[in-house]
Amino acid sequence: MELIQQLVNGISLGSIYALIALGYTMVYGIVRLINFAHGDVFMIGSFVGFYAVTMLHVGFVPALLLAMASCAVLGMIIERIAYKPLRNAARIAVLITAIGVSLLIEYVTIYLRGAQPEAYPSTLMPDRNLELFGVVISSQSLFILGTSLVLMVLLQFIVHRTKIGKAMRAVSHDAEAARLMGINVDNTISATFAIGSALAGAAGVIFGIYYTKIEPLMGILPGLKAFVAAVLGGIGIIPGAMVGGLLLGVIESLVSGLGYSLWRDGAAFVILILILIFRPAGLFGKNVREKV
Amino acid sequence: MATWKRTRGFWVSVILAFAFFAVVEWLIASGTLNVFYVNTLFFMAINVMLAASLHLIIGITGQFSIGHAGFFAVGAYASAVMTMKLQLPFAVGVLTAGVAAALAGLIIGVPSLRLKGDYLAIATLGFGEIVRIALLNIDYVGGASGMTVTHMTTWPWVFACLFATILVIANFTNSTHGRACISIREDEIAADAMGINTTYYKVAAFVIGSFFAGIAGALYAHHFYIIQPSNFGFLKSFDILIFVVLGGLGSLSGAVVAAVLLTIVSTFLQNYPETRMIIYSIVLILVMLYRPTGLMGTKELSSLFKWRKAAQGGMNHGGKNTVA
Amino acid sequence: MKKKRTAGVFFSLVLTAGLLAGCGGNQQGGGSSGGNSGGGGGGDVIKIGANLELSGGVASYGQSIAEGLDLALEEINKEGINGKKLELVKVDNKSEAAEATNGAIKLISQDKVVAIIGSATSTNTLAQVQIANDNKVPIITPSGTSETVTVKDGKVNEFVFRTCFIDPFQGTVAAKFALNDLKVKKAAVLIDSASDYSKGLAASFKETFTAGGGQIVAEEAYVAKDTDFRATLTRIKSKNPEFIFLPGYYEEVGLIVKQARELGLNVPIMGGDGWDSPKLVEIAGKDALNNTYITNHYSSGDPDPKIQEFVKAFKAKYNKAPDAFNALGYDTAYFLVDAIKRAGSADPVKIKDSLAQTKDLQLVTGTFTVDQNHNPVKSAIILEYKDGQQQFKTKVNP
Repeated sequence: MELIQQLVNGISLGSIYALIALGYTMVYGIVRLINFAHGDVFMIGSFVGFYAVTMLHVGFVPALLLAMASCAVLGMIIERIAYKPLRNAARIAVLITAIGVSLLIEYVTIYLRGAQPEAYPSTLMPDRNLELFGVVISSQSLFILGTSLVLMVLLQFIVHRTKIGKAMRAVSHDAEAARLMGINVDNTISATFAIGSALAGAAGVIFGIYYTKIEPLMGILPGLKAFVAAVLGGIGIIPGAMVGGLLLGVIESLVSGLGYSLWRDGAAFVILILILIFRPAGLFGKNVREKV
Repeated sequence: MATWKRTRGFWVSVILAFAFFAVVEWLIASGTLNVFYVNTLFFMAINVMLAASLHLIIGITGQFSIGHAGFFAVGAYASAVMTMKLQLPFAVGVLTAGVAAALAGLIIGVPSLRLKGDYLAIATLGFGEIVRIALLNIDYVGGASGMTVTHMTTWPWVFACLFATILVIANFTNSTHGRACISIREDEIAADAMGINTTYYKVAAFVIGSFFAGIAGALYAHHFYIIQPSNFGFLKSFDILIFVVLGGLGSLSGAVVAAVLLTIVSTFLQNYPETRMIIYSIVLILVMLYRPTGLMGTKELSSLFKWRKAAQGGMNHGGKNTVA
Repeated sequence: MKKKRTAGVFFSLVLTAGLLAGCGGNQQGGGSSGGNSGGGGGGDVIKIGANLELSGGVASYGQSIAEGLDLALEEINKEGINGKKLELVKVDNKSEAAEATNGAIKLISQDKVVAIIGSATSTNTLAQVQIANDNKVPIITPSGTSETVTVKDGKVNEFVFRTCFIDPFQGTVAAKFALNDLKVKKAAVLIDSASDYSKGLAASFKETFTAGGGQIVAEEAYVAKDTDFRATLTRIKSKNPEFIFLPGYYEEVGLIVKQARELGLNVPIMGGDGWDSPKLVEIAGKDALNNTYITNHYSSGDPDPKIQEFVKAFKAKYNKAPDAFNALGYDTAYFLVDAIKRAGSADPVKIKDSLAQTKDLQLVTGTFTVDQNHNPVKSAIILEYKDGQQQFKTKVNP
């Protein structure tokens, strides 16, 4: 029974990772950029949602939409200011800029409101615990899992079935050729960042509801974990991010459940390295030739 | 005579370096240089060593490693165990630090044989975190609360280690081995086809680079009184990475200058605690936006004084996909 | 050709060295003109330093202490001490030990402060102990609770003091309370492995609890900044404890209590002063917090006028209720000011002597006397959370 409970715990944790990893992997798939600021966009989304609820007194859905919209705008601004001028520079230069942007977002937030945590109002979404044969499942974690799945399908649909998705895939294959074919590369990349950041914003609000506590540095660790999840699944592959996230969550829960809670981050990284050695392109990396 | 002409610059530099050493030693001994400047100088030297050692891995060999703090941590803890737990002299500690870190470099060098670019980056990042988490869980070295270490780092030690680091890395870069590493960075497949043992050189770069990072760790541990795993997180790796990239990938003097400048900037910003990190990050973004190849590009400082273009360890400007 | 290149690199090294020497020189010039004449003791101001975690991992603790300090200084400077005003020089140590050392060196050698307040954590304070002893400048940590901060190898660190409890005291009080008042025999311990504070409390709790006939059925750990504790809590639940001892800080504790109740762990949970923050109630939720207890220095609901004045002034300035770090930061400033007043001078060594002689000083977090190990002797109280309100349970004298 304890094992099943741990699996349930792992899946609920993993769906949060998956939610963040979706946006991460999408941006990476199109522009091949490890966007370290993704975790901080997630944090901003969380705070926007929080202030929308506490100051504007709106409900869950408007808060979520507001957070997604502001993150989409923030994502586009970051891309235009910090990444676009470097599109032809060495990739590592962009990586350093991404680290700079990440630090800037964190510390501007701390400067504006301090480093103390904030608690999401618990009235936003009712939480009921379902008990099945001694296993406790929180209704919120089911909701999160559902949301991640819906978003994954939606993202998959956008990338593979819409015009903008086609443009994204073209840019990802060969930006120059795409430009010659009349695709507006700048707008396509902006749209990618907008969608990816909106997802991060949504993840931020959902994280806030589920875990209650939000603070300016909350994006660092989930951001890193989500990145690991994205690599596990094969970076750039949308279903891979989902599977990678869930897998990471389950691994962490099982390690903690065995009493090695202090080793759980270590275990996640050991498995990451092993998977990379034996399947260098991630779990789904080779099967799917076409990256986003 | 011809030999003298060729090596003149080298000897002049060595003499100047020793002169600098003597002047600083005298300033410290006479008390002119107060403890604040001595401390900043040591911190700077440690950062320079870290930057130079990572430069060998990223700048010269082109292996995208973002877990350098892991090697730094291994060195710091290995030396602290030697001097604090086993009561051995500092020299043994420093040497053990280098060797232990080099072994760690060997271990992480192996996956680098299979992984490239971003995947290697995330694997090294993972390695750095594993080192940190392992230290966190070993009670022998104090776990999360860390180890207190006696102050043993002195200026002669700092100078000697810094001198050795720069000497070895600069000479390595210019040797046959260094050229082989550069060829791997430029095009691994071509290098392989040319008969270069890419496996050997990639691992060698990791081992040498981590050896010096370990030495820097020993100096660090014995200068700052206390070491704890949280000092060696991935943000520390990013700091070192920033030195190398900001200075200009492939430029040793660039890495050195960036390490010195950023240490000064960081120390200076202590006066503005509220906005410190904001200014730091803006500086970082602006430098990268306006000089994406880093402060020095691929040039060495010396080339500013020579008209003739020297054959450089730097990468060509157009090579946007050269590194990582 | 080969050598030429090396020569270039060497040249650059030396040039860099020159550059650095130049910068050093400039800074020195700036430093000497910036530092006021005759050090912090001269002139109309007394300079004190604050070496705090204003950025980095535990920025929230450092910033809370800074808020308390700022409030206290504002009040103190209305009157001044011995006709002088206090000037607070803050440095940020990024929550890193090395930066804490750098910061202490800067405060002492550049700013010439007469005393340093900080840091929030034991480790970052330990990184400054040697500097304080060597330069004979007292350091007071508001919240570094590890015993080793003030005593090393049985010898007192002459220049180091603290405002908070030491770890063993709170742990012992909690264990006795669990055994005698809650009458439990099987306890689980869940600690924050990144914190000396948490480890110290847990160690003394275990010792007293087992000595009193209790049994520790589970011992688990987490790392600060985690957000999901369900796996560990599930493991604890399977051991059926009657009581959980949870010494940690409110940020994680709030989440742990919430998640424990969700998983159906409804046993009493107890912790230390690290819990004390209005945010705890918001994070955990009122219902989840029922049946939890803490040991603390004071209760913000205590009618004592000293405490009420502080709470009122704090709310007026920051528009929120104070937490434990705010109160400790505030008290540390008064602890120091009292010593400066009694010393009648701003000489660091004299301040150190009078800090060591502090006796029956009335502060917000209790009336305290400094013992021979430079630890404050003050009584602890036990509070119970009922519907989000702290309720006074009992008072324990050391």
